[in-house]
Parts: sequence; C-alpha cells; structure tokens
Amino acid sequence: MSHAVNPHSTPLATLIMVFLALVALTGLTVGVAYIDLGAWSTPVALLIATVKALLVVVIFMELRFGQPLTWLAAVTGVLFMALLIGLTMADVISRGWLGVPGR
Amino acid sequence: MDDARPAQRKLVNAMEPGASRTNYLNADYGLKSWLLTRDHKRIAILYLISITLMFLLGSFFAVLIRLELLTPHGDLVQGDTYNKLFTMHGIVMVFFFLVPSIPAVFGNFLLPLMIGARDLAFPRLNLLSWYVYVVGAAFTLWAVITGGVDTGWTFYTPYSTTASHTNVLTTAIGIFITGFSSILTGLNFIVTIHQMRAPGLTWFRLPLFVWAHYATSLIMILGTPVIAITIFLVGIERAFQLGIFDPALGGDPILFQHLFWFYSHPAVYIMILPSMGVVSEIITCFARKRIFGYEFIAVSSLAIALFGFLVWGHHMFTSTQSVYAALIFSVLSFAVAIPSAVKVFNWTATLYRGSISFEAPMLFALGFIGLFTIGGLTGLFLAALGLDVHVHDTYFVVAHFHYIMVGGALMGYLGAVHFWWPKMTGRMYSEWAARVSAVLVFVGFNLTFFPQFVLGYLGMPRRYHVYPDEFQVLNVMSTTGASILGVGYLVPLCYLIWSLWRGPIASANPWRAAGLEWKVASPPPTENFAQTPIVTEEAYSYPVREAEVV
Amino acid sequence: MSSPGHNVAHQFDDAVQQRDASTLGMWVFLVTEVMMFGGLFATYVLYRSAYPEAFAAASHHLNAQLGAMNTLVLLGSSLTMALAVRSAQHGARFGTVAGLLSTIALGSVFLGVKAYEYAHKFEEKLVPGPYFVFDGPEGTHAELFFSLYFAMTGLHALHMVIGVGVLGTLAVMAARGRFSVAYHNPIEIGGLYWHFVDIVWIYLFPLLYLLGRH
Repeated sequence: MSHAVNPHSTPLATLIMVFLALVALTGLTVGVAYIDLGAWSTPVALLIATVKALLVVVIFMELRFGQPLTWLAAVTGVLFMALLIGLTMADVISRGWLGVPGR
Repeated sequence: MDDARPAQRKLVNAMEPGASRTNYLNADYGLKSWLLTRDHKRIAILYLISITLMFLLGSFFAVLIRLELLTPHGDLVQGDTYNKLFTMHGIVMVFFFLVPSIPAVFGNFLLPLMIGARDLAFPRLNLLSWYVYVVGAAFTLWAVITGGVDTGWTFYTPYSTTASHTNVLTTAIGIFITGFSSILTGLNFIVTIHQMRAPGLTWFRLPLFVWAHYATSLIMILGTPVIAITIFLVGIERAFQLGIFDPALGGDPILFQHLFWFYSHPAVYIMILPSMGVVSEIITCFARKRIFGYEFIAVSSLAIALFGFLVWGHHMFTSTQSVYAALIFSVLSFAVAIPSAVKVFNWTATLYRGSISFEAPMLFALGFIGLFTIGGLTGLFLAALGLDVHVHDTYFVVAHFHYIMVGGALMGYLGAVHFWWPKMTGRMYSEWAARVSAVLVFVGFNLTFFPQFVLGYLGMPRRYHVYPDEFQVLNVMSTTGASILGVGYLVPLCYLIWSLWRGPIASANPWRAAGLEWKVASPPPTENFAQTPIVTEEAYSYPVREAEVV
Repeated sequence: MSSPGHNVAHQFDDAVQQRDASTLGMWVFLVTEVMMFGGLFATYVLYRSAYPEAFAAASHHLNAQLGAMNTLVLLGSSLTMALAVRSAQHGARFGTVAGLLSTIALGSVFLGVKAYEYAHKFEEKLVPGPYFVFDGPEGTHAELFFSLYFAMTGLHALHMVIGVGVLGTLAVMAARGRFSVAYHNPIEIGGLYWHFVDIVWIYLFPLLYLLGRH
C-alpha cells in the first residue's frame, strides 16, 4: 500500500527558504533594472529570472525527485522554444549581411 | 480460408473461432452510449465518420478546382471564388482530414491493442479530443457556408489580417480549436506508450506502427501549440486592428511565416509518419518476413520528428529571409530526407526474397512506397535553393506535396482501412473490388499529379484560375486523372459499407499477421484482453502460426 | 488493485501506474504550454530587438512597483501551493485545504491587481487598436509593445483564472476528505500547473515592466 505514496516530500524549511530566495531575487532584478548595465541588462535580467524559474521547477515542482523521463520532458520543452526563437532570430539578425537588397 | 464464405448469418450468432458474441460494437446500444463512450475503439469509429465527411467536403472543393482548370480561361468561377476554393480545400484537407486521419482513427483503435492495454491512459481526454475536433470543424464549416476564406491555407499576413474581406476570423477560431484535439491525442499517446506497455514489451519489441505514432505525437505536442498562438495573434490583429504582422504598423510579415511554418512543416511529418508506420505493418505481413532493419526504422521515425523541426525556412526561400538562414535551412532539408530514405530501403529489403502476395492492403502499401519516393525526391529538388527560386509557387510544389500527401499519406490511410477493416468491423470486404479500387487510385493519381510537375517546371503558377493556352493539354490530363481518382475513392465507400451488412464474417486473424491486435477477436471485446498478455517475442515473428484468441 | 479510499481507473494496473501516468501527462501538457507561450516570447524577442527605444519608452508606462508587488504575491501563492502539496503528501486535510485556499486568495489578489492595471491602461488610452494614443515619436512601435503586453499578460491571466478554478475544485474535494497519504496525486499535478503559471510570470515581469528604467 505504501508504495503508492511518493516517498519524497520536501521539508518545510526548504520551501520557506526557496520562497525567501525568490523574494530576494525579485528585489535584485528590480534593483538591477535601475542600474545602467548597457548591453548586459537583458542577459542579467534573464539570468536572474532563470535562477528563479529553476528554483520553482526543481524544488517547488519537485523535479529533483522526478524520473529521468520527467527531466527529459522539461528539457525538451525549453529546448524547442529556444529553437523557435533562435532560428527565427538567426534569420532576422543575418538579414542585410550579404549587401543585396531584400536578402 | 473461412473468410471467403458469403455472409449467411448475423454477427451475433457467429460461432466460428475468432468471432465473439459480445464486442465493443454491440456491448451497448443507443446514441448516448456512443456519444459518451470512453472506449478508445468507439472513439476511433466516431473519428472515422467525422473525418470521412470532412474528406468528402475537401474533395468537393478539389472537384471544382479541377473543373475550372479544364480551360485556360476563368469561365467556371470568378477569381475571388477560385481563391476560396483552393483555400478551403487546403484547410479542410490538412487540418480536418490528414492531420487527424491515421492517428485519430487507427492510432486510437490500435495503440492499446498493440501494447496489450485495456485503453489509452486518459479515455475521457480522448473523448474530449473528438468533441474539440467537432467544435472546430463546426466553426470552419460555418465559415465555409457563410462565404468562405480566400487567404490560402497558409494565411500569409498582412493579407489575412488586414486586406481579406472573407471569414478569416471564424476559420482561425475553428483551426485554433481543432489544434487542441491534436494536442490531446498526442499527449494521450505519449503517456500511454511510456506507461502502459504489457509486461515484456520493451521499446524495441514494439510494432513500428507504435514507434511511428510516438514520433508523431512528439511533433503534435511540440508544434501544434505554436500554430495555435500564431492563429490567435492573427485573430486578435484582425479583430482589434493591431499591428503585430502588419508592416504598415511596424509589424513583420516574415515573423508570421516563421511562426506559421515552425508548426506547418513538422505538420507534414505528422501527416506522413503514421502512414509509414502502417506501411511497415502491411509490408511485413504480406511479404511474410520479419521487417529488415527494425531498429533503423524505429529510430528513423524519431529522427524525422526531430529534423522536421529544423527545416521550416525552406518554405520561405523567396521571402526576405536572409541568405544565410536560407543556406542553413537548405542543408538541413537535405538531411531530413535521409531517415525517410532509410525507411524506403528497409521496406524494399523486406520485400526482397519475401513470400509476397498482392491483397488490397499490400497494393496500397506498395503504391505508397513508389509514390512517396517520387514525392520525397522532388522535395530534394525544392530543398535546393537555386531550383526552388525557379519552381516556388508553381505547380511543381503542388505536385510534390500531393505526391506525399495523397500518393503517400492517403494511400497509407486506405491501406490501413483495408488491413484493419476486418479487425474493426468483424467483416471482410470484397477483395476484387478492393484491388480494382487500388489500381484506379494509383492510375488516377499519377495521371492527375505527374503532369503538374511538368506544368510547374514550365512555369504555371499555383493559385491562379487562369493560365496560358499552351498549358491546357496537361491540365486536361490532370483533370481526367482526378476523375479516375475520384471514382477510385468512391468505390471503397460502397463496398466497405456494403460489407457491414453482407460481408463475410472475419476471423480474429484473417491475414495471419503478427501483432497483439490480431490475437483478440474481430471485433474486439470492449476490455480488449481477458488477461494482460505477456510478451516474449520480438515484433514481426513471421511466419505466424494459427493465432489463438486471447 | 485498489486500496479502500481511492479508485484506480480501469485502464491502469495499479495506483502507481495511475500516478505516474497522470504526472507524466501533466508534464507533457506543460511542455505544450511552454511552446504556446514560446511563440509569444519569440514575437517579443524579435520586436524588442528591432525597436529597443520604443519598447523602453512604452515599458515606462507600466507601474513597476505594482508589477513587483504582484510578482511577490504570485511567488507567495507558489509557496502556499507547495505547502498544500506537502500537506497532502502527509495526509493533513486541514493543511491541504488551507494551502489551496491561500493560493486561491493570493491568485485572486494578483488578478485583481491586473484588472486594475488594465483599467488604468484603458484610461491612459494605451490599449492597442483604433483608440490608441502614445505621446512620443515611436507610436506604432509602442503600440506593438502594448499589443504584446496585453496578449502575454492576458493569456497568462486566463491561465490563472483556469488555475483558480482547478484549485477551487481540488479544495472542495480535499475538504470532503477525498485525498489521503495513499492518494493525493491530483493536488500534486494541480500544483505543477500553478507553478508553471508562476514561472511564466517570472519571465514576463522583467521583460515587460523593467525595460529602460535607468
């Protein structure tokens, strides 16, 4: 009977600490937004957001207890979104490199 | 073979081995038992009826198109009407016939049987997917009835968002809704295949039909959401006069094309992979031989699914896409042909020194191999940048994709219908009528579409209802072929429906085929298996001894 | 075989298979959601790279403090959701219901703030369409920003509304004692959905609210 239970459960302290970390990172991202980082603004913002997202996925969504298949699913989703954005932007960025109008 | 006997008795009284008194068809009666069913087999039949109706609608548009193109002048319909005809032909055939066809009918019916399960993982989601399909189809039908759409099935902006005065919004809603039917089906299949295989049924013992549907399901869940959101953006742009894709308001119409083709190219693999799975099943059965290169065919399905996501820009070679992006997409488009070629080689090697017989399913499968090869090779022509610039938006492209979709996918679908008809209905159809229709389809198809390769190369553009006089001969050939093809499609409707009342009762395994679905009665009982089978053999362990009913 | 107190659907062999299938099903569904929002993110990336100044100017019209506060509210709702899941895993009915209700409450606060923000945009004539007015040189491109703002946060809000409905249903079921240590997977997968919606906002907030603030 007990094998039906997910044997893993996240400790209360962990959940609270993750939440506090998320709050801190939110403060960080707001604070950093008011500093002039030039071209680094966007990468830094995305990096902070990704750390927050990872905390939610790995701890809150208990991916750390998940089977390899679950990890594969999560990674696949992110990968294909990156593919969509990446190849589309590859076109956009490389327009005009050839010096021929309309290419 | 006992299946040759004429039907003298009703199904419920049949006492032959393989026939069952209670099966999924007669287990419960009444409309409610069908409309509220959770049985994957009944849902498959619901889909079968729906998509057949949509196929007839799409064919109706095709008939009008081919009639118009009998003469060089626009004398049957006006240009605006013609635009609506090819648009609606494409939309109905792609979204409402080809994409669901094999997965929704045969995937639903066969997957649990092939893996030894009692049903799919989520039967209620399965039923929901059918209702979602019907609602989407209803919206699209409404759009058709109240004036149609003329943007082309590709909905290119800004014409679709700004300039077109037709029912773009309604159609967009219909397609948006139907997309979720696809997503739910794909989700169901993936979870089922991962979690519910019978004991002993390892991945590399699965029928290739299952591998094909797994790969198809991956594409469905990764690609369909993107077209959903894209159609959504088109809809709100049109409804609220926003400027997302409209260059006059700062939008980028090429962004639309990127988003659209990100799904719509993998969508063509959604349409062909299941057929390839069907062909693997049929070839091995009627060559009485284990499939050659099982692992290669299995993995090639995954390779097609993956590579298929990397090539969408080859639809945009003549847009203002950058040359460097075009180069990348061109190279990758050549690469995506390789796994498909692997399949064709392996099917051929399976046939070599096989004990081949030419029943109707086999005729369709053989037709698939030949026609898909031609279609696929012409795809390589189109993947070459320089050549594509010459034939883009001509009938060469039209011929290419019809060879794949009709010569390939539809032939595979018909092969599946004929192969699993006895399993699904418990009846056999008239074999000679089926062979005649297979030949009619093959001849009619080639006569319809081969001239179109020539037309396209000679420069006849697609989506025009008029053309220069010198193209008339080839167009008349094409329309003649379409007439034969149409007959070839109508004949099965007749003898298949006839067989439901008067066809000979089918045994559990009339083809002596390998596979778990052939070990249950025809038609199967609602719960599929009295006991979960335990699998100890590889797939396709031919020759098959007389099957026992489980 | 089913244990007393919960059902195993007929297509599954046992409760473990049912739980594993449901969990995988939710993760696969979340992958489809990633791709759906992904199309919007792709649109955003393209236009922001094309019109950075217009996007920065437009972003200024969003209330960053309110957005930040709303972000904290949503993160809090993720905490309460995780607490609800934890309670469910331990069979604690009160904790489960309290966690779910708190999540719903915080989610409703978030939606209320969003409604207020939308109403404010309407007053400022910043809703894209025929009545859009932008005082600045890059009006059409700013309109593009707001189209994306409404599309992305609107789709997100729709997901939250659905989430509130789902959690409400789970709360009612939990209050009626439908869940136990042996059977609580619906709460877990409800949690997966809610956390995903939170993650989308984690990205939306800096990308929409915090442009050009220096």
